[in-house]
Amino acid sequence: MSAADAQLGRSPVDGIRVVAEYTWNRLRQGELGQLPALLGLFAIWTFFQVRQPTYLSARNVSNLVLQIGVTGTLAVGIVLVLLLSEIDLSVGSVSILCSAVLARVVVDQGWSWYWGIALMLGVGVAIGAFQGFWLAAVRVPSFVVTLAGLLGWQGVQQWVLGTTGTINVNEPHIAAIATTTLPADWGWGLAIGASAAYAGVRIQDQLRRRHVGLQAKPLVVVAVRTALVAALSLLVVAVLNGDLNGVWVFGKTIYINRGVPTPGVILLGLVVFFAWLTTRTQLGRYTYAIGGSPEAARRAGINVTAIRITVFSLCALLASIAGLIQTSRLAAASQAIEPGQVTLEAIAAAVIGGTSLFGGRGNVWSALLGAVVIGSVANGLDLDGQQPYVKLIVEGAILLLFVTIDAFARRGRRRSGA
Amino acid sequence: MYGGEVVALVGDNGAGKSTLIKCVSGAHLPDTGTILVDGAVAKIRVPSDATHLGIETVYQDLALCDNLDVVANMFLGREDTPLALLGPIEELAMEKRSLEVLDTLHVTTIPSVRQRVASLSGGQRQSVAISRAAMWKAKVVILDEPTAALGVAQTEQVLALIRRLRDRGLGVVVITHNLHEVFEIADRIVVLRLGRRVATFAHDGTSPEDVVAAITGARAQVES
Repeated sequence: MSAADAQLGRSPVDGIRVVAEYTWNRLRQGELGQLPALLGLFAIWTFFQVRQPTYLSARNVSNLVLQIGVTGTLAVGIVLVLLLSEIDLSVGSVSILCSAVLARVVVDQGWSWYWGIALMLGVGVAIGAFQGFWLAAVRVPSFVVTLAGLLGWQGVQQWVLGTTGTINVNEPHIAAIATTTLPADWGWGLAIGASAAYAGVRIQDQLRRRHVGLQAKPLVVVAVRTALVAALSLLVVAVLNGDLNGVWVFGKTIYINRGVPTPGVILLGLVVFFAWLTTRTQLGRYTYAIGGSPEAARRAGINVTAIRITVFSLCALLASIAGLIQTSRLAAASQAIEPGQVTLEAIAAAVIGGTSLFGGRGNVWSALLGAVVIGSVANGLDLDGQQPYVKLIVEGAILLLFVTIDAFARRGRRRSGA
Repeated sequence: MYGGEVVALVGDNGAGKSTLIKCVSGAHLPDTGTILVDGAVAKIRVPSDATHLGIETVYQDLALCDNLDVVANMFLGREDTPLALLGPIEELAMEKRSLEVLDTLHVTTIPSVRQRVASLSGGQRQSVAISRAAMWKAKVVILDEPTAALGVAQTEQVLALIRRLRDRGLGVVVITHNLHEVFEIADRIVVLRLGRRVATFAHDGTSPEDVVAAITGARAQVES
C-alpha cells in the first residue's frame, strides 16, 4: 500500500503529485497499457522518416490510413474476444466470405448496393452467433471452433465465388468507400468536434464527481490530456488535408488526395462506439468480468453463455464490415487474399496495442493503435523498397517483442500481489 | 436460521458443508430434499434465485473479478442502468453507494474503491466480498471459510465484520474448520458428518470437546 493510494481515497480533489505517483505505481505493478505501443510508434516513425523524407507526407499518411482500415476494423473485434479471454481465428475468412457474398448478389444477381451490404452484415452476425453458440453452449474451445471457421469459411468463400475465383465490383457506392475522402472543411470540423466532445465528456465527469463529493482529478490533468488529443487530431487532419505539404518533416509530394480517407473515418467511428460500449455499458462490464473470472461472473448472476455469443456475433459483424472495406479497396472479391495472414495481423495489432492475450485487460483503442503500428512498419518497409520477406520477419519480431513485454508486465503484477 | 444470529457449520472434510451451501446458493442443483424460506418451499436453480430470496453467499475462492475495481465488483450483475446490457452504467451513484456501504460496515482498510481488486490484500478482498453480500437487502449471508487464507490481524477484522452483520439483524452462516473461531463468534453450532446433521449446540454450555466428538463421530449425539 503506497501513500499515493491512501491519499487517493481521502482527499476530495487529488493533487497533481498524487495522480502522478498513482500512475507511476500502476506502471510499476505492470499495468503498462498503451505506453509500449506509443513509444514503439514514435521510434518507428522517427526511423522511417530519417530514411525516407516522404514518409510523413500527406500522400503517404493518406495511404497508411487506407491500409489500416481493414486490419483496424478486424482488430476491434479481436479486442472484444480477447477481453472475454477467448480468441477468434476466423475473422479473416469471415471477412472474405462476406465480401464474396456481397459481390455475388450485387454484381451477378443485380441487388441494390444497400441490400447487398445488409445481407453481408447479416451473414457476418449469423456466422458469429453460430460460432458463439458452438463455443459458449456446446463448450468446444474457441481456438478450435474458430480454427475450423478459418478453414471452413474460406472454402465456402471459394464456392460462392465460383470458377473464376474473382468477381470485380465496380458498383459506385461500394467503390466510393475507399476512393473518397472527407472534404477538407469536414475534416477540420471532425477534429474540432471530436476534441470538444472529448473535453466535454472528461470535464463533465470530473465536475459531476466533485458535485456529489467524490474524489476527482484536478482539472489541469484533464486540460493537458484534452490539449494533447486536440493537438494530435488537428495535426493529423492538417497533414491529410495537405496543408503542411513541404513544411518541416512533412515532406513535399506532388500528388495529394486531399482530406481524411473514408475508411479512416469509419474505423474511428467504430473504435469510439465500441470504446463506449465496453467501458460504459453492462455488456462491456460483463465482457471484462467474464475475461477476468468466468466463474465469478456466473455466480454474480450473469448469463455468461449469452454474453459470449453476443460478443462473438459483434466480432464477426466487424469482420463483415472489414470485408466491405476490403471489397471497396480491391474493387473485387477475390480468392487471392490469404485469410490466415489477415487474421493474424489483426490479432497482432490488438496485442501490440496493449490488450492482453490472457483476458480481461486492455481496451478498444489498442486496436487502432496496434493497427497504426503494424501499418506504419509495413508502409515504411514498402517505401524503403524492401522485399515482402523482410516485412514478414520484421512483423514477427515486433509481435514477439510486444507479447514479451506483456508477459513481463504480468509477472510484475503477480510480484506486486496482483 | 434466524435473523441476528451467527450459525457455525462445522464438520470434517467431505462432510457435505460446501455441497450444502452450494445447493442453497444455487451453484449446484440438489438431487433430493427441500429448502424452506420463511416457511415456504423455495426453488433455487440458479444463483439469481437465491439472491431474490435474500440469500447471499461469499465463496471460499471469493468469486471476485481481479481485473475490475472494487465498485464494479460490488455491483457485478446488478449495475445501476436505465436499460439492461446497453444502457450507460451510473458509475457515480454506484461509487457513492459502495463508499456508504463500506462506511456503515466500518471497513476502513480499503484505500480507494476505484482500485482494482487484484491490488488488494487477502483481508481487504474478503471485506469487499462480505460487504457485497451484505448490501443487497440480504436476510442470510453464507460465508465459506472466510478466514482460511488470512493472517491474525486480518482474521480479527473479518470476524469483527461478521459481528457487525449480525448486529444489523442479518442471519450469518459461517463454515469453518477453526474451532477457536467457532466459539468466538457463533451463537449456534451445527455439526455435519457424512452428509447428515448429527448435532446442534448452543454456544453457551458447550465445550469444544463435545463439538469435536460430534465431528469425528466418537459419540452418537441426540438432536438437541
